[in-house]
Amino acid sequence: MTNAAQSLPPLKAEARDLNFHYGKFHALKGINMPVYDKKVTALIGPSGCGKSTFLRCFNRMHDLYPGNRYEGSIDFHPDRTNLLAPDIDPIEVRMRISMVFQKPNPFPKSIYENVAYGLRVRGEKSRSVVDDKVEAALRGAALWEEVKNRLKEPGANLSGGQQQRLCIARALASDPELMLFDEPTSALDPIATASIEELVSELKEKVTVLIVTHNMQQAARISDYTAYMYMGEMIEFGVTDEIFIKPAKKQTEDYITGRFG
Amino acid sequence: MNQQELQALRELIASHKRWDWLFGLLGVFALMIGVLTFTALFANMAIDGIGRIDADFLTSFPSRRAANAGILSAWVGSLLVMLVTAFAAVPIGVAAGVYLEEYAPKNWLTDIIEINISNLAGVPSIIYGLLALGLFVYTFGLGQSILTAGLTLALLILPVVIVATREAIRAIPQIIREGSYACGATTWQTVRDHIVPYSSAGILTGIIIGMARAIGETAPIITIGALTFIAFLPPAPFAGEPPAGMFDWLFAPFTVMPIQMFNWTSRPEAAFAVNAAAAGFLLVLMTLAMNGLAIWLRYRLRKSIKW
Repeated sequence: MTNAAQSLPPLKAEARDLNFHYGKFHALKGINMPVYDKKVTALIGPSGCGKSTFLRCFNRMHDLYPGNRYEGSIDFHPDRTNLLAPDIDPIEVRMRISMVFQKPNPFPKSIYENVAYGLRVRGEKSRSVVDDKVEAALRGAALWEEVKNRLKEPGANLSGGQQQRLCIARALASDPELMLFDEPTSALDPIATASIEELVSELKEKVTVLIVTHNMQQAARISDYTAYMYMGEMIEFGVTDEIFIKPAKKQTEDYITGRFG
Repeated sequence: MNQQELQALRELIASHKRWDWLFGLLGVFALMIGVLTFTALFANMAIDGIGRIDADFLTSFPSRRAANAGILSAWVGSLLVMLVTAFAAVPIGVAAGVYLEEYAPKNWLTDIIEINISNLAGVPSIIYGLLALGLFVYTFGLGQSILTAGLTLALLILPVVIVATREAIRAIPQIIREGSYACGATTWQTVRDHIVPYSSAGILTGIIIGMARAIGETAPIITIGALTFIAFLPPAPFAGEPPAGMFDWLFAPFTVMPIQMFNWTSRPEAAFAVNAAAAGFLLVLMTLAMNGLAIWLRYRLRKSIKW
């Protein structure tokens, strides 16, 4: 360990001995990992390694489907709520932790209503509050200038990259403490990808980000911390620069240098 | 490949293609059996009946004299019965469909219910008539009324509405559902804000197709004891003294289009057969119009929803 160890930022979340089962399939095996506050943490690893599965534990997305089972805990700071506890309502978790998906999934509603949806779910009635938050979220997602005169148009009229930024605005509008990104650029062209990457880097001033990516260059460009996963296990976690320059494990090095994966 | 081999290959392809041609011919023939039969039937009815259709035919009650007889009580009855059917079948069918897709746990009990809903669509309509006679007419004492007929037909088309609702809901990508839940929505909020609005085109189509079937149903209506000769109109809906009088129409005796036709075809005079053809022509037009509306609505609503 270098002197980085002494200056660790505060924790936002911490997975401890996390195991996850899809029915009989043991998908995550004893995962331990910190998520630091107002930092970008990237999850990398080959397809099927469990990185998306891990991400979807944070907002209890697995609760939507039968036969899924969590063991262990994800403590969410500062209140140290265990996100996976059976008596914690997944809806409460999703109101604190928002998510951006692999494929842009705007609702077939207007641009405005897409962004406002999180506020509607919370029962926000005040028109001016919703207006302000929608604008702030669209500015935060670097989309405001492009859509401010067409807020009533369907979200589907936007280009793919704009749609993904709309989804980021939707996830941002309700002031989440943590944002989950599940390979947010895998369906986008290089220019749209660059704009999303820039956006994610900016977001960390306000919010903690956990991002799954299959693109190692992307992880290197935008993240502060990187975790390498393989076959449902956490192989290595560390400061991104160290992971990419001198990984501690041979397995990580093989993956990063392209000898495997 | 030399010239000889090339020749052999071409002959082989040509012999294979003969089957293409043969099946194409068979297909056209099979299609024509259905299309031509209906066209002939419809044309025959139109030729017989179209001369009889005028304003008087639509605004006259049935009469013993064929020339004076009309379908006023029949089409008004059909309309009111359809109104009851829609009000009963739509909320129940949509709620059941939404429950099965969005709420029901996936287990063997749900599977059995699902299979049986499809089976219900195949139950002969007279069985529904018998059920309604026992249940609505005698047990609940609703009488041989518009309400009874409407509820009977609602039961009859319920499976159609449920199946259409479920299919429309299944067409919604899972990622839209996940997007809603990820925003912190409950299942009810997801259903109210997304599932029902986005599947409304398909649901509406199912409802109209169900109604188009119900409007032509005769057997269950006869079974519950609709009158075949009726020379007055039920009270106008929602026009009477509120609150009790507003629903008088529900309990009025009535007749419907197919029963009026059935009644006329059983008369010996040829002039009544002409009346029946005219009424049949109008009934088919009504059904076609409803199906046309369903197609148009589906087209319009689908256009406004892009994933």
